[in-house]
Amino acid sequence: MRKTLGLAALAAVLACGAANAQQLNVKIGVLSDMSSLYADIGGPGSVAAAKMAIADFTKDHPNVKVEMISGDHQNKPDIGTQIANQWFDVDKVDMVIDVPNSGVALAVSQVAMNKNKVFIVSGAAASDLTGPKCNANTVHWTYDTWMLANGTGTAMVKTGGDSWFFLTADYAFGHALERDTSAAVEKAGGKILGKVRHPLNTNDFSSFLLQAQSSKAKVVGLANAGGDTINSIKQAAEFGIVKGGQKLAGLLVFASDVNALGLPTAQGLTLTETWYWDANDTNRAWTKRWHEAGAGATKYPTMIHAGVYAGILHYLKARLDMGPGEHDGKSVVAKMKATPTDDPLFGKGTIDATGRKRHDAYLFEVKPPAQSKHPGDFYTLKATIPAKDAFRDPKDSNCPLVGS
Amino acid sequence: MERVVDPLAQKPSALRTQSETIAFGVMVAALVIAPFVTYPLFLMQAMCFALFASAFNLLVGYVGLLSFGHALYFGWASYLSAHAAKVWGLTPELAILTGTATAAILGLIAGSLAIRRQGIYFAMITLALAQMMYFFAVQAKFTGGEDGIQGVPRGNLFGLIDLRNEMTMYAVVLIIFLAGFMFIYRIIHSPFGEVLKAIRENEARAISLGYKTERYKLAAFVLSATIAGAAGATKAIVLQLASLTDVNWPMSGEVVLMTLVGGLGTIFGPVAGAFVILVMQFKLAPIGEWVLVIQGAIFVACVLLFRRGIVGELAHLLRIRL
Amino acid sequence: MFEIFGIPSQALFGQLLIGLINGSFYALLSLGLAVIFGMLNIINFSHGAQYMMGAFVAYLLLQYSGLGYWPALIVAPILVGITGVIVERLFLQWLYKLDHLYGLLLTFGLALILEGVARNYFGSAGLPYTVPESLQGGRNLGFMFLPNYRAWVIVASLTVCIGTWFVIERTRLGAYLRAATENPTLVRAFGINVPRMITLTYGFGVALAAFAGVMAAPIYNVSPQMGSELIIVVFAVVVIGGMGSILGAIVTGFGLGVVEGLTKVFFPEASNTVIFVIMAIVLLVRPAGLFGRRG
Repeated sequence: MRKTLGLAALAAVLACGAANAQQLNVKIGVLSDMSSLYADIGGPGSVAAAKMAIADFTKDHPNVKVEMISGDHQNKPDIGTQIANQWFDVDKVDMVIDVPNSGVALAVSQVAMNKNKVFIVSGAAASDLTGPKCNANTVHWTYDTWMLANGTGTAMVKTGGDSWFFLTADYAFGHALERDTSAAVEKAGGKILGKVRHPLNTNDFSSFLLQAQSSKAKVVGLANAGGDTINSIKQAAEFGIVKGGQKLAGLLVFASDVNALGLPTAQGLTLTETWYWDANDTNRAWTKRWHEAGAGATKYPTMIHAGVYAGILHYLKARLDMGPGEHDGKSVVAKMKATPTDDPLFGKGTIDATGRKRHDAYLFEVKPPAQSKHPGDFYTLKATIPAKDAFRDPKDSNCPLVGS
Repeated sequence: MERVVDPLAQKPSALRTQSETIAFGVMVAALVIAPFVTYPLFLMQAMCFALFASAFNLLVGYVGLLSFGHALYFGWASYLSAHAAKVWGLTPELAILTGTATAAILGLIAGSLAIRRQGIYFAMITLALAQMMYFFAVQAKFTGGEDGIQGVPRGNLFGLIDLRNEMTMYAVVLIIFLAGFMFIYRIIHSPFGEVLKAIRENEARAISLGYKTERYKLAAFVLSATIAGAAGATKAIVLQLASLTDVNWPMSGEVVLMTLVGGLGTIFGPVAGAFVILVMQFKLAPIGEWVLVIQGAIFVACVLLFRRGIVGELAHLLRIRL
Repeated sequence: MFEIFGIPSQALFGQLLIGLINGSFYALLSLGLAVIFGMLNIINFSHGAQYMMGAFVAYLLLQYSGLGYWPALIVAPILVGITGVIVERLFLQWLYKLDHLYGLLLTFGLALILEGVARNYFGSAGLPYTVPESLQGGRNLGFMFLPNYRAWVIVASLTVCIGTWFVIERTRLGAYLRAATENPTLVRAFGINVPRMITLTYGFGVALAAFAGVMAAPIYNVSPQMGSELIIVVFAVVVIGGMGSILGAIVTGFGLGVVEGLTKVFFPEASNTVIFVIMAIVLLVRPAGLFGRRG
């Protein structure tokens, strides 16, 4: 009797062990901008980060086999949609990640919902992805416009920057950044002294900077992105905005932009990011491996790249816990939301009901060249914003997944 | 007199009229079989662009007017079609008609302004108008700006046929493409088309023969814009989105590239060109860094060496008309 | 201190001055285009990319041979001008007999290649390049703060523009050049090497673009797409001024800079459309452009 029970127990244990040792096959697609405007903040660097995540995960879990493909959406929603559709339908991709460019991300989010697969956004900024346009197949990692506006706005008012003048790019994104930052500034007790709207892709900001100077606001907020931001910062230095005592707040600035500007021009700029390569030894070691994974020795990883790495790790963890077999996108995302996150780059965090990944955010100021000890030493940490304050409360999101 | 070099300045053979019919048959057969072999969504997008390029070619290859702003009609038809389907809830065929009608109106306005000039000045006016409408699209609320109009429903054709089925949608797009293509064919091989070609060859002589060339040019312009609009409107339903990319000047440049690569002034050239360029964009997606360089190199090679384009060179070799 | 349409006069004069400074960039760039079109009948769509090359060469000179801004102002245009000469010999010379369209398409293709290659090697965010020591800072003019570098831009542009105009319109070399465009066979009969003049003219036009690029590097973002953003506007300037007219390009360049500057004050959202509106109007009313002599 005991022997039979013992044998049965042994068989059961062996069966469980065998089930866990079964092969888990996953296919991931890294969809980014490889060749144009966002190639530095995402692009080949995201592919390198993805490779690292897959290598690290499969080292610890050899029964998981992960295949990765990558594609260039060239910042065109048409191409992004085509590639996503093809990947999901024909190439049997389970999860798509990255996608800088909010327009493309919104389109791919729809495709993921239609095909019931998983989409993790690291590159795009639109807070609508976890707001009115949220869905049960999409997770928004790294950052969004709400976090940027509130992080920089509130934190700067608290450190004395309580009067603002905005330089806003005249399109929906710029308006949204300006609106959200104004709200945060006024809530924290600051005043908006004025604003000027410039066309998208403006080359010369002198007129607008003159207006900012004469407003005598303590902070000049740059509600624009990409080339517009870089030009505004470069010309602000030329006109002596920071030297004249005003602070410059970049509402969407990445480490790669600071690298492009150079410290003499960018010094004194305030910005918010959720990850910085030089913040601690773990990040530095990761960055060294990132360079070796093919990302180019003169570039520095941005928070987007870190988000790709962390997002893949969390996704694979969820898949592993769910076991082999078919799992549709909705259930995998539900599992990701139910599991707290813990990765070497972002530390502990959670994904809330809207799909918003929550982690700490950091207010940085760009160092003057004299204080920079080595290449890539860009930032001084000014403040840490805890996760619960850094991102929007799901109750305020207007996301259909969250009852109001 | 500004005009495009005629790639068919040679005596065609007896196969002339038949060659076009044979080629048409081959094209239809290929398009009917293709969705069972290749990814249908890609083919549908390719057909939309093929129609767009054919419409553009009507103006540049047969009338000799190079428009730098054709994205204006393609893109705005796409926006209106998307808006009609998503916000007004129209059925897809009505949405596409809305988009096409928009393009026709825009074509009439732009054409009546641009036709007054020729050559490079004509091109620059079309570009200026397209750029102005692009900046308007960036700011207008209903276009969704940088995000575009997303989540456009496929809907039910005539209220009955569900277009979310890929093969059903494919059949619809194929019909639209063939209808547009045959319409262009009829225009070219008609008395009206002969006058257009006469205007391209020597406008002064056409005027001296009593033709009111301005009216003919405007008519051709509007037709070209309308068909380009049909292509854009259909694309919005197929891909279920409309974005700024569709109205920006690189899109106008892309249609020039497609027509040039395929063969200016040939009927099948733009179709071939559109497919080639789109295949290239997708095949090169994994090595995305070189897409721009390769497109530029193709431009240069075509202008220097393959001025007749793929179909044009083929036609020249076989001494037939395509 | 008085107000004009609600804007204090001080602010207005400041914006006017800024407009003039921007206009000098437009004038420099459209000068090169006008020279190339006026003399060669080629619509040089790669002008923006060549402007970008000027800025990039300035950056590379600084990085790899320590040559700063001042030497770069001479060296970069020469280097880029030489590439222009190569382009003309290799590609453009076969297209003179053909429709304008082909020259345009070829140079458009070249622009794509240049931009793509730059992006692959340097990324798209941009490269750092600062204002040279000797021109840093500025002075407070009372109605605005004028950076020294901007003052230098006006002076340099005016000098180059007037110098070029003078050479082409008032010297014998310029006369040969203008004659060669009108009637190359006859000029050749006089023993003048027309093909070489054409090649060098194209090289010169390209060098002008590169010169503008070096001037732009300290204040505008040095990125692969810096040229393509500007090229459409510069074309509009040239078309308004009259495609073959040197004086037209210069006057229109400065004029449009001022108009754009004023628009930025009164109606900033429209400041990038105003040039196209003006171009459409001019083309409809005066098809050859304001100073043009070709219909």
